[in-house]
Amino acid sequence: MGIYVIRRLLWLPILVIIVTFITFVMLRFGPGDPVQIWLGQHQNDEVRERIRAQLGLDDPIAVQYIRYVEGVVTRLDFGESFKYRNKSVREVIGSRIWVSVQLNLAAIIITLGIGIPVGLLAALRQGTGWDNVIVAIALAFQSLPVFITAPVLLLIFALYLDILPTSGWGGFFSPKIVMPAVVMGVPGIAIVVRLVRASVLDVMAQDYVRTARSKGLPERAVRYRHILRNALIPVTTSFGFILAGLAGGTFIVEIYFGIPGVGRLSLEALNARDYPVLLTFAVISTTLFVLANLVVDLIYPFLDPRIRLGAGHAS
Amino acid sequence: MLPDRSGLPTREHGHAHQSDAGPDRLDWSQNELPPGQVLELSDRPARGHSYWSLAFRRLAHKKLAMACLSIIVAMYIGSLASPLVTPYDYRQIDLQSTRQGPSLAHPFGTDRQGRDMLTRVIFGVRTTVIITITSLLGGTLILGVVLGLLSGYLGRWVDAVIMRTGEVTSSFPEILLLLIFVSAFRPRLLVAVQNFEDATGLDWIIRLGVLDFTIISLGLAIFGWFGMARLVRGQVLQTRESQYAEAALAMGASTAHILRVHMLRNILSPLIVSVSAGLAGVAGAELVLSWIGVGVFPPVPSLGRMLFENGHPQVLVNHPHLILFPIGTVTVLFFCFNILGDAVNDAFNPRTR
Repeated sequence: MGIYVIRRLLWLPILVIIVTFITFVMLRFGPGDPVQIWLGQHQNDEVRERIRAQLGLDDPIAVQYIRYVEGVVTRLDFGESFKYRNKSVREVIGSRIWVSVQLNLAAIIITLGIGIPVGLLAALRQGTGWDNVIVAIALAFQSLPVFITAPVLLLIFALYLDILPTSGWGGFFSPKIVMPAVVMGVPGIAIVVRLVRASVLDVMAQDYVRTARSKGLPERAVRYRHILRNALIPVTTSFGFILAGLAGGTFIVEIYFGIPGVGRLSLEALNARDYPVLLTFAVISTTLFVLANLVVDLIYPFLDPRIRLGAGHAS
Repeated sequence: MLPDRSGLPTREHGHAHQSDAGPDRLDWSQNELPPGQVLELSDRPARGHSYWSLAFRRLAHKKLAMACLSIIVAMYIGSLASPLVTPYDYRQIDLQSTRQGPSLAHPFGTDRQGRDMLTRVIFGVRTTVIITITSLLGGTLILGVVLGLLSGYLGRWVDAVIMRTGEVTSSFPEILLLLIFVSAFRPRLLVAVQNFEDATGLDWIIRLGVLDFTIISLGLAIFGWFGMARLVRGQVLQTRESQYAEAALAMGASTAHILRVHMLRNILSPLIVSVSAGLAGVAGAELVLSWIGVGVFPPVPSLGRMLFENGHPQVLVNHPHLILFPIGTVTVLFFCFNILGDAVNDAFNPRTR
């Protein structure tokens, strides 16, 4: 188990270096000069050369890349932003990333908070009208893109009913978070509902559930201790998948609802050719993805003792 | 009408599973013919009970899925023939009649430049349709199947290289990388294509969006092949252990022959399932890219771009038709993709129901 975790973690830096290398090469292959964009109308060859020298942009490209990687590896220093002069990338991203984390957290709470109970309900009422209606709705909403639900909800709740603000950011407990979080959570709800339903039905047919019932356990205990707990295992595996879906939605929701998170920041950085910020995004999101998958794999054996990590074949 | 045999236990992936009953448990005495009678064998196998015919029959029984399939087919054919079916040109500006509501002349109304919305929506669907075809069928499917076959069948270092590459691409932050990919390659390619157009006298490559379609399909294929390759690899590993693959090898069949005849045929049904389930994903990716502004560039219409331009609260309140028609179209399309994907999964994977 320990060896397994170490092996997975050793793979992470290699992956990060590959991702940053490809990102770096693509950024430099593309046109555009960050200093020229930053200067805007006030183009001046002398000033431009001076800033380029300051930022180290006049060094060979290989040197620039190695310098960035070295900074990250040895000092966790992601360099200085090109767009926001005299601010480190950590400062620029730090405040923005917290906003996105809160938004994603709210979306996950909505996804799981609605998805799991509704999926359970559909499974327990299998074959009845409830089940059919829930499955049909889930199917209709599944992978319905964020940019479809966003304008529709905005039109209904902000413009016609006027009960929610149209845009902006006010922290986790502000009503402004409701609409973006719901928009981001909806596609996930449909996936979780169907997953939980299928998995509960699967578990309900297992022998140990019959055993639990026949030894006289109350229905409540059977449902929550035996059925739901085992049925949630597939949900944890798909959690990484749901997170990846949220990442895509973050971009659109943040732009659409005017939320100052990392999705919007990365678009701004792309337009300003702010290379250090973009590279850092690549580092962060790759790391998060790998760690999320690792955590999912580690939670697995706790939920289901039948699964053993790193074992070559079942014993 | 034949009876619905969906309840029968069917083999899940073609011939991957052998019958559980061993030959020693069969009672052969029942099969003995009376003396003097000769068994007439038809030279063609009995039809109607194969895995494929059962699967297609199960699919055909789902009315909603069939309706969705016809809608999708109609949308695909109609949009590919869009210059013939649309009443106007998608670039035809009429500043006398901007942002008009739905009318007989303009069923979906007109946009802020007086262009016919119905025409633009149909051309927008065409963009999505072309991307799904080129990216999913051309890129993901071919790339994924070929690499998956190689990886699973050849094994060893080929397998290692392909699988590690796939793990790297699948742990990329997809949207961010696509943004960077498009913004890096599009301007360079644009210049190259412009030079090419000047040199050859052609003028339709950029105007019709061929360049954009190519770049997006390429980008989506780079990030999308791995799921398919992994699926194919798993199936191949399973099939490779089977006795009929061994028998083919023993009879001197070439690698290419075994791959084509034995492996490909076995992976066809998971392939169909995964393609029909992947349609919505690819279409969604194109819409997201165009929405953000790095997908299909104007003047080529895209539903994603339309939704972005008309998504402003001011437009929503004053001219809701500008966004509700594109939204309706996208919703119908995605609903049909999902229902079809689900039904295909049910029909071809009866175990998972």
